[in-house]
Amino acid sequence: MKKAYYIFHKDFSSELRMRFALNALIMFVVVSLSTILFAIGSEKATENVYAGMMWVVVFFSAMSGLSRTFVSEEERGTNLILSLIAHPVNIFLGKFLFNLVLIFFINTIIAILYLTLFSGFVIQNWYSFILAFVLGNIGIATSSTIIAAIIAKANVKGTLYPVLAFPILLPVILMLIEITKSAMVGESISEVQSEFFVLLSYDVVMLTASLMVFDIIWKD
Amino acid sequence: MNNVRLIVSNLRKAFNRRLVFDGVSFTLEKPASIVITGRNGSGKSTLIKILAGVLSTSGGNFFYEVGESKLDSENIYKIIGLVSPYLILYDEFTAFENLHLFSKIRGIKKSNEEIFDLLDQVGLYERRNDLLRTFSSGMKQRMKYASALIHNPTVLLLDEPTSNLDDEGKKFVNKLIQDFKSNKILVVATNEQSDFQFGDSIINLDAYKINSKR
Repeated sequence: MKKAYYIFHKDFSSELRMRFALNALIMFVVVSLSTILFAIGSEKATENVYAGMMWVVVFFSAMSGLSRTFVSEEERGTNLILSLIAHPVNIFLGKFLFNLVLIFFINTIIAILYLTLFSGFVIQNWYSFILAFVLGNIGIATSSTIIAAIIAKANVKGTLYPVLAFPILLPVILMLIEITKSAMVGESISEVQSEFFVLLSYDVVMLTASLMVFDIIWKD
Repeated sequence: MNNVRLIVSNLRKAFNRRLVFDGVSFTLEKPASIVITGRNGSGKSTLIKILAGVLSTSGGNFFYEVGESKLDSENIYKIIGLVSPYLILYDEFTAFENLHLFSKIRGIKKSNEEIFDLLDQVGLYERRNDLLRTFSSGMKQRMKYASALIHNPTVLLLDEPTSNLDDEGKKFVNKLIQDFKSNKILVVATNEQSDFQFGDSIINLDAYKINSKR
């Protein structure tokens, strides 16, 4: 785990110096939230719309930034040195940790901006919202990391990422929209427990499957 | 370290339908050295990458034996060092930062002084705090040697070992190779006639490019 942490540390330091993902993510969040704000104006939307739009912004911001973790190594040709100094499991965990921190950071900004800018977006059950936020971010970070590893080897990286990510991330996004809507109307966690079970199962399955197949993806 | 053996048996590599080589076999037992040669495109670099454990094979097998036990393919990185034109280090970090990170990621304890010593050996001590993006191609080649040696490997894989190096750099490589081949395993891929002296034996990959339908 310590070795995975140092891979995360390398990526974090690299990101601070090169800004591979952060600039793209921040620009995407600013542009998409401004567009939604202009579109809605002073009109009041339903909980469904607010929850849906928030997680759509999260989904597309994940699309624009999280693939960089492997793509930048592949494009710069540094994937070979990484293969030579670390065990594949540590590489995956390091990259996953980096994406997790990045998605938590960017999604926290999205949530704060959403709560500030949209008067109709009011969370009544914070426990439910925060638990979904945590589980959702873990699921998005895991899926995005393994998809990034797959597409980094392809010639058409930009096109392939959303194509692969959409069906894989759809269950998480649908569950997150459902739980967010329920948190907005003040329902208790027990009323959306099946959605929470799906989220938790998704996280466990994706993380386990990713760790199992990463070695094959990384070598070829 | 225990006795180390590299056993390569009927190795085959093809990229889609294009066969690169087939039936490559040899065994090296520490201390030993081999030179791999062949025309451009004969698969020298491909074979080096396979032996480094970063590229899969299409057939046959190879493994490293440490003592009596076979080394798991995922752990090959622990005993090998690789210098290759394809190897690119992190341009956004300094020479020291690169080596410091590599030692941490490998899980080996290296003091700053030990890293400085290594940089001194490859002639880069004075430039230790400069970003790699400011280095010339020859200096980057020297950095590749430093990164390959940081964990004191038992097997050294060199692909075009003297490319981009000046006379001083070539002297360093010559000395390193002589030290290495006398007590460890050395594999050199080259087309330079002058580099053939580095190996106890020579393998020409052109002979393994048969149009096999196996």
